[in-house]
Amino acid sequence: MASTESDVFDRLGRGLNALGAWIDDRFPMTKLIKEHATEYYASKNFNFWYGFGVIATFVLVLQLVTGIFLTMNYKPSSAEAFASVEYIMRDVEWGWLIRYLHSTGASAFFIVVYLHMFRGLLYGSYKKPRELVWIIGMFIYLSLMAEAFFGYLLPWGNMSYWGAQVIVSLFGAVPGIGPDLAEWIRGDFYISDITLNRFFAFHVIAVPLMLVLLVVVHIMALHEVGSNNPDGIEIKEHKGPDGHPIDGVAFHPYHTSKDLVIVVIFLIVFAAVVFFAPDMGGYFLEHANFEPADPLRTPEHIAPVWYFTPFYAILRAVPNKLVGVALMGSAVLVLFLLPWLDRCRVKSIRYRSFGYKVALMIFAVTFVTLGYLGLQPAVGLVPTLSLIFTIIYFAFFALLPFYTRSEKTKPVPTRVKW
Amino acid sequence: MVRIAVIAFALAVGLAGGAAAQHEAGLDAANNNISNTASLQRGAKYFVNYCLGCHSAKYVRYNRLGEDLQISDQQLIDNLMFTGERPFDLMANAMRPEDAVRWFKVAPPDLSLIARSRGTDYIYTFLRSFYIAPDRPTGVNNIVLPGTAMPHVLWPLQGTQRAVFTKDEHGVEVFEHFEQVQPGALDERAYEDAVRDIVNFLDYIGEPIKKQRQQLGTRVIGFLLVFLLIAFMLKKEIWKDVK
Repeated sequence: MASTESDVFDRLGRGLNALGAWIDDRFPMTKLIKEHATEYYASKNFNFWYGFGVIATFVLVLQLVTGIFLTMNYKPSSAEAFASVEYIMRDVEWGWLIRYLHSTGASAFFIVVYLHMFRGLLYGSYKKPRELVWIIGMFIYLSLMAEAFFGYLLPWGNMSYWGAQVIVSLFGAVPGIGPDLAEWIRGDFYISDITLNRFFAFHVIAVPLMLVLLVVVHIMALHEVGSNNPDGIEIKEHKGPDGHPIDGVAFHPYHTSKDLVIVVIFLIVFAAVVFFAPDMGGYFLEHANFEPADPLRTPEHIAPVWYFTPFYAILRAVPNKLVGVALMGSAVLVLFLLPWLDRCRVKSIRYRSFGYKVALMIFAVTFVTLGYLGLQPAVGLVPTLSLIFTIIYFAFFALLPFYTRSEKTKPVPTRVKW
Repeated sequence: MVRIAVIAFALAVGLAGGAAAQHEAGLDAANNNISNTASLQRGAKYFVNYCLGCHSAKYVRYNRLGEDLQISDQQLIDNLMFTGERPFDLMANAMRPEDAVRWFKVAPPDLSLIARSRGTDYIYTFLRSFYIAPDRPTGVNNIVLPGTAMPHVLWPLQGTQRAVFTKDEHGVEVFEHFEQVQPGALDERAYEDAVRDIVNFLDYIGEPIKKQRQQLGTRVIGFLLVFLLIAFMLKKEIWKDVK
C-alpha cells in the first residue's frame, strides 16, 4: 500500500518532534532558541546604526572560516612565509579569493566595530544597565587589536616586519623591565623566525578562541538586559497583556529577516572591495608589504595599518616615548570608563543637549583626523596637529563628568518612535 | 542628528581617501592595459630577453602565463624558455645572489611583485629615465632612482640620452629634460610602447588573477543585488504586521 505525500510529511514531522523532545530532555535546545531568538524581544525601531553588531558577527565567522583555509597552505617560517602567501595567491585554487576575503575582512572588521562602538556613543548603549555589555565589548576590541597585530606579521612582508618591530619596541619604553620585556615578547633579539612562529600561534588559536568566547559572553550579557534602541528607553517597562514588550519584536523572525538584508548590503560593499580594490590604494594591503621582510632595509615610511593609526598619532604626539606609550594606552583604556564618565541619565543623542551633540561630533571628527595624521610621515604640521587633536581626544573624556551631571536634556518619550 | 553624524563621518573618510589618491609627483602615467593580450605577449618577450637574465620572477610559472596569455607550451619552449626549463617551472634565473652582489653591489630584486610594491607609473618612468653619467660604474644614472646599480639594459632599443639640468633660485640642480645622444633601434614613441608592454607584463605577473577577479566581481555583485531584492521582500512580508 503506497502512502500519500501528506502521510510522509506527517510521519517525518512526528519523528522530528520526537527527536526534539529527546534532545530537550537532555539539553536545553528549545529553551535556548526561545530565550535568544523566538522570544528575545528587541525594539522595533532599530535604524541603520543597529546593523553593525550582526555584521561584526558575520565578519568574525568569515575571518574564522577563511583563516582555517589559509592555514592549510600558509607556512609560518621566516624562510617560507612570504612565498607561501604568493603560492596561495597564484597556485592554490581560489586561494586568491580566500586571502582577499581574509585581508579585506580584517579592515572591514575594524570599520564595522568602530561604527558599532560609535552607535554605543550615539545612543548611550554603555549606560546602566548595559555597562558590562560595553566593557565586554571593549575586551573584544582589545582582542581584535591583538589579533590584527599578530596577523599582520604573518605575510612576512617588509611592512609586516618593521611594523611589528616598531610596536614590539614600544614595550621597551616600560621603565626598568622594558628591553627585557620586548625581548621576551619577540623570543629573540630582533623580530625573527621564532617571533613569527609564536605570533602564528597567537593569531590562529589563542586570540580567536578568546574572541569567540568574549563574543558569546557579550551577547549573553546583552540578552540578559535587552537591547537598547535609538530612543534610549527601556522597552521592558511597557509590556502588553502577553507579557512581552509592546515596542519589541521577536529577534526571530523579525530581526533575523532584517539582519539578512543588512548582511547582504554589507556583502555588496565588501565584494566591491574584494573584487575591485583589494589593496584599497595601499591602505588594506600596503605597497611595501609586497616586498619580503628585510631586517637590513626599512621601508621609506613605516606606518601601522589604518585601523591603528588614530592611536599611533597619539603615540607620536609627544616627543617622549614613555609618555607617548602611556598616552596611547590611556586613549584605549579611557573608553572602559565611559559608563561612569558620562553622568547624564538620558541615553539617546536624540534627547541630549546641543552641547553634548557638538562634543560627540567633534570627538568623531577628531578620531578620524587622528587616523589620517597617523598615516602621514611626522614632518611639517603633522606633529603639532597630532598634539592638538590628542588634547581634544582626551578633553572629550575629561570634561564629560562635569557638564553631563547637570545637562539640559529634552523630554524623553515613554514609547519608542520610528 | 544621526544624519549629521553620517555626513560628518563620510566627509572625514572622503577627505582621508582623497588625500591618498594623489599621484606620486614626477612620475609619468603608464596607461597600460592588462586586457591587451598582444601587449602582454610582447611584454613577456621583452621580459625574458632583457630582464630575466638578472631579475627572477620566482613566483610565476611559465605555463600559467601561457594559459593566461594564450601561448601554447610549444610556443613557450620555442620563444620564452632558453635554458631547458619545463613549462611548469617557475621563472627563476641562473644568477647567484652572491655573484650579483659582487658584480652590482646589490642583488637584483625579484620582479614578481614589483608592480604591486612600486606601482606601474614608477617602472614606466624608471625605464625611460636612464641618462649618460660617465662617473657611474655602469656609465648611466637614473632620474627616478639616483645611483641605481642597474645598467641601462634597454639601450639598444632606446639609444642613449643626456640629462639637462638647470639651477633653481637656491642654486640646486633640477632636472629639466632629456636630449637624445645616440639613436636606438626604436624611436621615442616606439620605445615608450615597448616600455609600456614590459610594465603591462609586470602588472600582470604582479597579480595574474586580476582580470578574472574583476570579471567575477561583476557577477558576484549582480547576484547579491538580486538576492538583496528577495531578502528585502522577505523582510517586508514578515514585518507587515508590525505597527
